[in-house]
Amino acid sequence: MTDSPVIREGAPAPDAPDAAAAGPDRAQLGLAALVAAVGIFCIAGTWNVQAGFSGVDPLGPRFLPRVVGLALIVLAVLLAVATLRGDRGEAEEGEDVDLSHKPDWMTVAQLAGIFALNIALVDFLGWAITGALLFAGVARVLGSRTWIRDLIIGAVLSVGSFYAFYVGLGVPIPPGILDGIL
Amino acid sequence: MDALNGLMDGFATALTPMNLLYACIGVILGTAVGVLPGIGPAMTVALLLPITYNVEPASAFIMFAGIYYGGMYGGSTTSILLNTPGESSSVITALEGNKMAKAGRAAQALATAAIGSFVAGSIGTALLVAFAPSIANLAVKLGAPSYFAIMLLALVAVTAVLGASKLRGFIALFLGLAIGLVGIDGLTGQNRLTLGIPLLSDGIDIVVIAVAIFAIGEALWVAAHLRRRPVEVIPVGRPWMGKEDWKRSWMPWLRGTAYGFPFGALPAGGAELPTFLSYVTERKLAKKPEEFGHGAIEGVAGPEAANNASAAGTLVPMLSLGLPTNATAAVMLAAMTGYGIQPGPALFEEHGDLVWALIASLFIGNLLLLVLNLPLAPLWAKLLRTPRPYLYAGILFFASLGAYAVNLQWFDLALLLFFGLLGLLMRRFGLPTLPLIIGVILGPRLEIQLRQALQLGEGQWSTLFSEPVAVIVYVVIVLLFAAPYLTRLVRRTPQEA
Repeated sequence: MTDSPVIREGAPAPDAPDAAAAGPDRAQLGLAALVAAVGIFCIAGTWNVQAGFSGVDPLGPRFLPRVVGLALIVLAVLLAVATLRGDRGEAEEGEDVDLSHKPDWMTVAQLAGIFALNIALVDFLGWAITGALLFAGVARVLGSRTWIRDLIIGAVLSVGSFYAFYVGLGVPIPPGILDGIL
Repeated sequence: MDALNGLMDGFATALTPMNLLYACIGVILGTAVGVLPGIGPAMTVALLLPITYNVEPASAFIMFAGIYYGGMYGGSTTSILLNTPGESSSVITALEGNKMAKAGRAAQALATAAIGSFVAGSIGTALLVAFAPSIANLAVKLGAPSYFAIMLLALVAVTAVLGASKLRGFIALFLGLAIGLVGIDGLTGQNRLTLGIPLLSDGIDIVVIAVAIFAIGEALWVAAHLRRRPVEVIPVGRPWMGKEDWKRSWMPWLRGTAYGFPFGALPAGGAELPTFLSYVTERKLAKKPEEFGHGAIEGVAGPEAANNASAAGTLVPMLSLGLPTNATAAVMLAAMTGYGIQPGPALFEEHGDLVWALIASLFIGNLLLLVLNLPLAPLWAKLLRTPRPYLYAGILFFASLGAYAVNLQWFDLALLLFFGLLGLLMRRFGLPTLPLIIGVILGPRLEIQLRQALQLGEGQWSTLFSEPVAVIVYVVIVLLFAAPYLTRLVRRTPQEA
């Protein structure tokens, strides 16, 4: 069973936990920058919002965005300082998550690509087609090697959900180029 | 008793054949998603929000309640048979439960978890009946200052008490508040943070946020770290318990319930603390403490009961104050808003029929879970072997469908991807997701209460302290922040003396 720490063949030690000793988590500085950017956006993005009559609404629509923005900027600074001092986040664990090997960002990029394709095509081709492609594409990226079967399952799901929403819930999903066929 | 009459009416609603069917679908779906990795009850309710377009509110909430309780059952099955709990509330169960399963006592571990959950769920729901209406009665009389303070307490408590890092909790919370700001400001009609995009004027739909953060973020994170070896699932037959197991289980069930319910009912409840306390207590009280660590049944019975009782407790602030303290409750409140029902203390008065039907269905769902799940356990074990490419392809498929169905426009899918990537980032850097979701949901309501309070107080900040309840709540908030330092002081003193 898996009681002992996982050590893969060929690799002397798991990469991720080892990195803990190797100085600050630089990527986390990027997170701090992102948090600060959201904070600045909250303040700058509501700068020109007009306040109502002060008697009716003394606080006005700019108050909360400023509080939130300021807090985000302060938190970003705190995070940056903590990061430089060697603070690391605990990456989330889960049933199917194996943190002992390096994250595979290539897979994530491919999934995001498939997702973007779905966004680009859904209006034209319709959900019944893009949904099936989405399912088969994701299964393929995650290691399934049965194209035909994946496409069939995907098509059953997408056409099935089209009719389930149409008949069962009264929500007509746009049919796209299959207009008139479905 | 008003409450008993309401409950009887609730049973009358919940026991119609159609609603019983919804309850059955709910508990089976809930257990299935609780068992399956990568998908939980919060996400399932979020994905099912489109049914609110066409289904009666009572039926929808009966199903959601089934999913909520079913998810708890399913989670324990996973942690016993797989030893890699996905939800923090099942971590403790895995300690002894998986050891029992490895020692060939999986059937007994599942049985004590299921029956313990039933006992705790029933008692917890009864306590909910006893407390929620009177709390709501008190809360109806509160003004904006008190309500603002209580919401602030919920936000602070969820952020600061749960989770390992307060800094990360607050970053998540304020990101959520920022997301909640997007859209037209209700009081002045001005666009805020919409970047001039008209589609953002209505704000970002909570379904899209919840599905993105829970489902897409999780699926992408798992994809980056997918376990390369096949999972080892311990096979199991029909759960059953011997006489000795019953004798060792019933006290832990009751003690676990006693821990779980109050913690769940508190604004910061959560299930982590009560399950842990229950485990420690059972280890201390056990006749054979040496069995702990090798599969002691008390270590499954107590924490599982605590887990379920806390789930029932969570519904107290949700139904009596409109405050969500866990992800599923947050999404259920979003569903209420979808029906045009304003969550809050007035819920019992204005929509009593709905609330009581929901509570009655909790009793029914609890019984259904026990009756269905004991024989179905081998099936659930099989479900754990679902090929992972299909599981996650399915999750992404239904997540996209759910988000697309909200407005039937590609723009929501783009938002889904954007916030899904945010969910991925959060998991990479250990930012908790719950404060973000609660921030998105409570942020706008918090702002309205604050601005109303200051309207009535003619702009004087002192008006926030004008109600005694508000002052008490602020003291509690300060104590929450100070608690870690205070306990450190107290611990140090005896040694120095």
